[in-house]
Amino acid sequence: MSFDVFIAGIGGQGTILLSNIIGEACVIEGRSVRGAETHGMAQRGGSVECQVRIDQEFGAHIAPGEADLMISFDLLETARHSHYMKKEGVIVTNNEYVLPTSVFVQDLPDPGRELLLSACTTKTVLSIDAKTLAEQAGTILTQNVVLLGAASRFIPLQESSLREAVARKVPEKSKEMNLSAFDLGQRATEN
Amino acid sequence: MKSRYLLGNEAIAHGCLEASVGFVTGYPGTPSSEIIDTLRRYNERWYHIEWSVNEKVALEEALAAAWCGLSSLVTMKHVGLNVAADPLMTAAYTGVHGGFVILCADDPFAHSSQNEQDSRRYAAFAKIPCLDPGSVQEAHDLVKEAFLVSEEFSLPVMFRPTTRICHSKSDVVLELPSPSTRTSEFNRDPTQYVVIPAHTRQLHKKLNEKQKKIARWLVERGYNRFELRATGEKKKAVISGGISTAYVQEVIGDTLSHAIITAYPIDEAWLAHFVAGHDEVFVVEELEPVIEEIVRQVADSTTIIYGKKTGHVPYEGELTSARVASLLQGAGFEAKTFPSVAQTLALPNRPPILCAGCPHRAAMFSMKSVFKNAIFPSDIGCYTLGIQLGAVDTTICMGASITVASGISLSGEKRDVVCTIGDGTFLHTGVQGLLNAVYNGANIVVVILDNRVTAMTGHQPNPLTGLTATDDVSPRVSLEEICRGCGASFVETVSPNDMAQFRAVLQEAKARSGVRVIIAKQACVISEKQARIKRPTYTISKEHCIGCKVCVKFGCPAIEVAVGGLCTITSLCSGCGLCMQICPSAAIRREGKE
Repeated sequence: MSFDVFIAGIGGQGTILLSNIIGEACVIEGRSVRGAETHGMAQRGGSVECQVRIDQEFGAHIAPGEADLMISFDLLETARHSHYMKKEGVIVTNNEYVLPTSVFVQDLPDPGRELLLSACTTKTVLSIDAKTLAEQAGTILTQNVVLLGAASRFIPLQESSLREAVARKVPEKSKEMNLSAFDLGQRATEN
Repeated sequence: MKSRYLLGNEAIAHGCLEASVGFVTGYPGTPSSEIIDTLRRYNERWYHIEWSVNEKVALEEALAAAWCGLSSLVTMKHVGLNVAADPLMTAAYTGVHGGFVILCADDPFAHSSQNEQDSRRYAAFAKIPCLDPGSVQEAHDLVKEAFLVSEEFSLPVMFRPTTRICHSKSDVVLELPSPSTRTSEFNRDPTQYVVIPAHTRQLHKKLNEKQKKIARWLVERGYNRFELRATGEKKKAVISGGISTAYVQEVIGDTLSHAIITAYPIDEAWLAHFVAGHDEVFVVEELEPVIEEIVRQVADSTTIIYGKKTGHVPYEGELTSARVASLLQGAGFEAKTFPSVAQTLALPNRPPILCAGCPHRAAMFSMKSVFKNAIFPSDIGCYTLGIQLGAVDTTICMGASITVASGISLSGEKRDVVCTIGDGTFLHTGVQGLLNAVYNGANIVVVILDNRVTAMTGHQPNPLTGLTATDDVSPRVSLEEICRGCGASFVETVSPNDMAQFRAVLQEAKARSGVRVIIAKQACVISEKQARIKRPTYTISKEHCIGCKVCVKFGCPAIEVAVGGLCTITSLCSGCGLCMQICPSAAIRREGKE
């Protein structure tokens, strides 16, 4: 059985780097891993999802109702993909959301935070202010590592492997900043 | 040998390095682009590598290099092979000297494509072997084998990964790159390389004679294999090909046999033997029933076959493990059970959208305002997203905006016809359309959206960029001279970001007839960001905004409606200033300016 991680976000937020870090941590531990992601036309500012299956040897797709952990950059995207979660799964989500441009252009209603949160029916739901924490670490670009830190205790990989993978996958000059982003995220979900 | 977490396309590229590839060409197209993007950035390159201007050019060049004895690779997406189909069909006749791999990436579900064609049909049509990997590791291993198969039979070999191989990731065991030691030498042999009728009739015969041997050899090498597990009264088996194999392996019950197809043509005697050992056979493959048709051909009447022809497997879209499980269960085959859940909330969609500051939005907005009742044929690129602006009426294939515009005009349609085409697409197959439009007297406006790069597939350079795939400086190509050379008399270059000027040129074009070309020249906003070009951003003055939402309807992702109904500009602003130019109440200003 694999441990299935569903990463949700918007094109350009750094979802692919986050999935690469988890994949790298698997390789560090010699574990098999499969990942699926969105490229090309589907990417430009649209909904994006990355799926990472730790200890999986076959397909890269997570089936609805089968994800163990969701890491989400945007509350609207969390709600959109919430049906992928197992009931006993864990959602770690940014508490903010960006409305799609289509909402403004077509005068559609804002679904509202309450409706979005009501879609998160897993046993554990942790919402954090990833943007503020990332800015605290140094730049909004570290949001992905903040979220990883926040989710780290639910991922069946050594914390040291995740940290090593962060160090390997981010640019050398932003290594320290990202490791402190990991710490800030980790602290945000303690207790 | 070490393990790395790699994208399928990166793993394939690495496999080519291990196979001592000596010559690489291709045209970008999702999901194939990262293969050349990986190989062109490999530091210790020993091979020629290029982004060619289209797939036909790319295939012909790589074929010639293979004639000269080098291991050659050409990459493209499935629809690119339509462009290259002409040389493909006869390349099978001439054969090759060095290994020649035609990598053609298929896109079931058309994630990023105009159709869902199945390239295995092309391989069968051309009578060349086709390798169809079932995982990222297998893609890496099998692409190396593809060069071997090619040299064994002196034939081009198709390598056909699908989106879920190209854009999936996996831990992959790699070997070391192996630099090529071959040198190119063309050995003159008109009976092989000059396909006049007398020669081609002989070559056709030779090609046909190879077929059975190939099928047998592919089984002997273990590409097509099976695991016999079926027990009990009714023996059941699953046969799968390509990525479907991974899905089957994830969900298949213990009491089912499994035959795995990764190579074509399939040896009929081998397949007949497997099928005959079972009472019921379920065939799982995406898109066309290529395997299923052969299974039906070799099976005797006592074996029940489930597949597309019995309605048990869809012809369209892609499969997943969960989908395969439910298909198998639908025919009484044992498989893992998945939860049955679906999203029930109605949430606003977030489709892909032109970037904040994208010059295509500006060009199309002005086109729509000057040519109110026009027909807008378009083409393939980021600007196809202009469908959201109502500025894209047709898209069929690369280069077809100018030709479709000509056809509409010459058929007698009275309204103005204004077509759009990107710079990369124009150079790909648009030039001939322009030449034809002028020659045959079409009455159209051609807007070339010139952002100096092939943006949508990942910012690959083209002849207008001034750089090659290996970042060497190339001679600058003049779009104006190409268009004038095709005979167009009205050729104007103007930035769409200068809306007043751009509209003036559109008005001037509108007042004339014949083929009028407007080159909307403005760098891609992503290229500008990568070059660290920064412009001051814009804000909306609360006192002056009248809430008319003209800027919001423009569709820029940086403009939102804030609480209270007034418009606001977010941090996504790229500083293009287009919203300022369309604001009717002069409420939008540059930051720091009063």
